[in-house]
Amino acid sequence: MNVLIDNFSLYGEGLLGTVELTVYASLLALVLGFVMASFRVAPVGSLRVFGTVWVDVLRNTPLTLLFFAVLLGLPRFGVVLPFQLFAVLALGCYTSAFICEAVRSGINTVPTGQGEAARSLGMTFAQTLGDVVLPQAFRSVIPPIGSTLIALAKNSAIAGSFSVTELLGVYKPLNEMGYSIIWSFIWIAVGYLIVTLTISAIFNVLEKRYGVAR
Amino acid sequence: MAVDPLIELRDVNKHYGKLHVLRDINLTVGRGEVVVVIGPSGSGKSTLCRAINRLEPVESGTILLDGQPLPEEGRALAKLRAEVGMVFQSFNLFAHKTVLANVSLAPLKVRKRGKDEANKRSRELLERVGLLDQADKYPAQLSGGQQQRVAIARALAMDPKALLFDEPTSALDPEMINEVLEVMRQLARDGMTMVVVTHEMGFARSAANRVVFMADGRIVEDRTPEEFFTAPESERAKDFLSKILKH
Repeated sequence: MNVLIDNFSLYGEGLLGTVELTVYASLLALVLGFVMASFRVAPVGSLRVFGTVWVDVLRNTPLTLLFFAVLLGLPRFGVVLPFQLFAVLALGCYTSAFICEAVRSGINTVPTGQGEAARSLGMTFAQTLGDVVLPQAFRSVIPPIGSTLIALAKNSAIAGSFSVTELLGVYKPLNEMGYSIIWSFIWIAVGYLIVTLTISAIFNVLEKRYGVAR
Repeated sequence: MAVDPLIELRDVNKHYGKLHVLRDINLTVGRGEVVVVIGPSGSGKSTLCRAINRLEPVESGTILLDGQPLPEEGRALAKLRAEVGMVFQSFNLFAHKTVLANVSLAPLKVRKRGKDEANKRSRELLERVGLLDQADKYPAQLSGGQQQRVAIARALAMDPKALLFDEPTSALDPEMINEVLEVMRQLARDGMTMVVVTHEMGFARSAANRVVFMADGRIVEDRTPEEFFTAPESERAKDFLSKILKH
């Protein structure tokens, strides 16, 4: 029990690190995910290929390997950024593949007639997608996107192995100071619960607000 | 025949896999003309209707709208589609938008009209189809007949040169068919160019300038309704008419 009170600021920093990673990587993943989903249903063949390759490569790469590739690979090409930013890139791109597929399955739930009606009125592909299809797809993709972002929050723990401050990494100094491993980890788990349950709560609200089929 | 052609199809062909749905279709629709397309199911009449604004791409042949060939997918096609309204069997109203927003959406986005101007015009059109009092409801709250009348108002909001109707009354309860047909008759009287795929023979008789009879992907007859219904030439049409008129 004392481990939390004695090391409150250490836990706090870790939690803040995880929250930051989660928020920034989520935003990146959402933006990229929507863009890639648009690419995958676009009438332009090259965009569809790009979206498919993006999803297949990122979804089928182990996240740890992706971290290695980004943190060790990019500097070789002269891209030197803070480790936290690298971690956000790796997490965000990885998760965007899953978001993309969730959004695409949502797009498939919208009857084709909706898109046909929009196109028959002279709306462009972007207008059809943005004004007609995505708003209707949105309500059915809320639950799977929520799950994906919760997975992202937990995946952010990998960043700790690459000297980014985050919650799981807190156990290392605590261990060295001789605190009980079990209690150290229990409070770490509570920290993750705070993050993931917050995400759950946000998506429950979103679902109540937008998830109602008319 | 038509002095001022608005829609022209020349030697149009299309397959679905092995099925040859459109076989050497030649059809000209003049400005202000009402052409009713009838025929047994699977005869290609819906495909023909959808091909006119390229919701179904065709494999060969030319389709001209107001003298311009249909462009490939892209902005030019979108621009051309804005000139041709389409009314679907299943209405396809935008489920997440109110009736008024359904009608105003394309004028706002495609014609870049102001919101007040677009909504004012939408209200006029809703009044014309008798649904001004439903403007703030969502499509799911309306009956099928009302939804289809909204869909017609939505198509009219773009001030199209022509309207395509793909079996507009086939998904409706019998008692709602007339309210939709009445709106269509009014449009025909006002001089709108219309291509109507339908099974409503009464509408074909009373509102059409020409009846096009399709079977197995071909245009079998293309005549005035009077001639077609009283003295069909082909065996196929005689057979079809005998099945639908005697019951």
